[in-house]
Amino acid sequence: MGVLVDTLRARFGEGLLDTHDRLGDETVVVGRDRALEVFRYLRDDPAMAFDFLTDLSAVDYLGKTPRFEIVAHLFSLAHRHRVRVKLPIDEADCWAHSLSGLWKNANWLEREVFDMFGIRFEGHPDLRRILMYPEFEGYPLRKDYAHNRRQPLIPERDPIENPWPPRHLRAAR
Amino acid sequence: MTLAARKDDPLHEIMELQMGPSHPASHGTIKFNLKLDGETIVECDVEIGYLHRGFEKMCEHGTWTQVFPYTDRLNYASPLINNVGFALAAEKLAGIHAPERAQWIRMLCSEISRITDHLTCLGMAGVEVGSFTVGLYTNEAREYLYDLVETITGARLTVSYCRLGGVTNDLPAHFGDVLADRFGKIRAVLADCDKLLTRNRIFVDRMSGVGLQSQADAISYGLTGPLLRATGVNYDVRKQSPYLYYDQVDFEVPLGTRGDNYDRFLVRFYEIEQSMRIAEQCLARLKEMAPSPVMISDSRFALPPKRDVYNSIEGLMNHFKIVMEGIKVPPGEAYQAVEGANGELGFYLVSDGSGRPYRVRVRPPCFFGMAALGDVLKGLMIADIITTFGMVNMIGGECDR
Repeated sequence: MGVLVDTLRARFGEGLLDTHDRLGDETVVVGRDRALEVFRYLRDDPAMAFDFLTDLSAVDYLGKTPRFEIVAHLFSLAHRHRVRVKLPIDEADCWAHSLSGLWKNANWLEREVFDMFGIRFEGHPDLRRILMYPEFEGYPLRKDYAHNRRQPLIPERDPIENPWPPRHLRAAR
Repeated sequence: MTLAARKDDPLHEIMELQMGPSHPASHGTIKFNLKLDGETIVECDVEIGYLHRGFEKMCEHGTWTQVFPYTDRLNYASPLINNVGFALAAEKLAGIHAPERAQWIRMLCSEISRITDHLTCLGMAGVEVGSFTVGLYTNEAREYLYDLVETITGARLTVSYCRLGGVTNDLPAHFGDVLADRFGKIRAVLADCDKLLTRNRIFVDRMSGVGLQSQADAISYGLTGPLLRATGVNYDVRKQSPYLYYDQVDFEVPLGTRGDNYDRFLVRFYEIEQSMRIAEQCLARLKEMAPSPVMISDSRFALPPKRDVYNSIEGLMNHFKIVMEGIKVPPGEAYQAVEGANGELGFYLVSDGSGRPYRVRVRPPCFFGMAALGDVLKGLMIADIITTFGMVNMIGGECDR
């Protein structure tokens, strides 16, 4: 097991639900309630010094409990090491603490996770959709959102059923 | 200059202006919701998402190989780097390594793509401040490289050149001579652009000291690539976590000092020369190398030769399985980062062992640049939006996916 994961396990013990370093990616799984504490430690402890929140995203494991997993990748410029932190999130209780107080880019990354998966972030200053439009219903990256479902705000043109120009603009013959 | 301080002034009011999403001076569909005090930006809310096509969703509905055409359309100014990034991430997950020759070719292609991306960004930076000539020069230089890319991959932009376990085909004959000739031309163009821009009073006045960003801010916003290096932070994925054979080639990482638009421009400008150096070293290594395959022969990942497909039932079945069911990547998760033209381009992949990716997450470098843009623009003038936004080099396909 990697050095980093060992240190974290010694520090947090039962607080970590799981650890692994498969394929060389050191990974810790942490419960939502301890997550902020772990992230703060990872950022501020000199031996960790993870100053970059490289990425924050989520995965929908539909059919499993808990259904969602928030996945964060951190990078430390000083030590040049990386770590992946995963937070299992239950569908019925779909929220996590916001990291926007720790890293500035968490603001936009969490907006995207909210937009795509519907996971809310407590303490986020401005949680609204970022890639989709406000009128959009549902969360497109959830596995139960059909990939071909469309929600146009104005009717889409179908060249066969509804050829251009629309009927009311066609000159009377 | 706050919103509250000026409220008692009857002649003064904060104007709200929506700039975009199709503003002629901003290349890229993007909306700036501005609060203006005269021409000074008090607040700027950057709105993205106009080019969202559901890249990550669509990837879950194709086989692993079918993701490659989608990656071409992420950062379409440097499609080969996206190809390489996805291939490396998927190979990490599958536990395979492409042959040495394919890896050198991937490196060479990545650097060619980096040059085309930087040329696009720099040329447009010139056009946006009125130096149209530079834009035409760099576009011409970019054409030289697109021609090269076409001889390698068959397409100028939608290359789909990489596969799990290698690349589709070897470099064409006499590629080295053509490349040397083209690089010579590009160096001449760069020398011209250097004379036209780098010490040009108008250009320097528009760029220097504009869009300043501190190192702490850049790090907290997770910036990478030229935007981060312009602030003087020495972080380049190719140096810090080397992939392919970047630890075997000799190149330098240009760094800025102030973190303004001028530094961002210079960092990109000097990176072009470094990329050409890397490409030349790759080519030298490829020339030394005896002819060898550019694709692994493992029948679980590589399509069988056509001879076998047409003449044997095993070959035909193998082909059918890979095409219809997809390559079976073992269950697991992997993150692999490459240095894209705009910064760290990361792929986080999850496989459930079927022939299709369970989750493809892209870490798009310019998304982070755009997240920081609102803060950078505060206190600047409207005209500075154009130059600052230009230096972020947002590529809609990558930022919005």
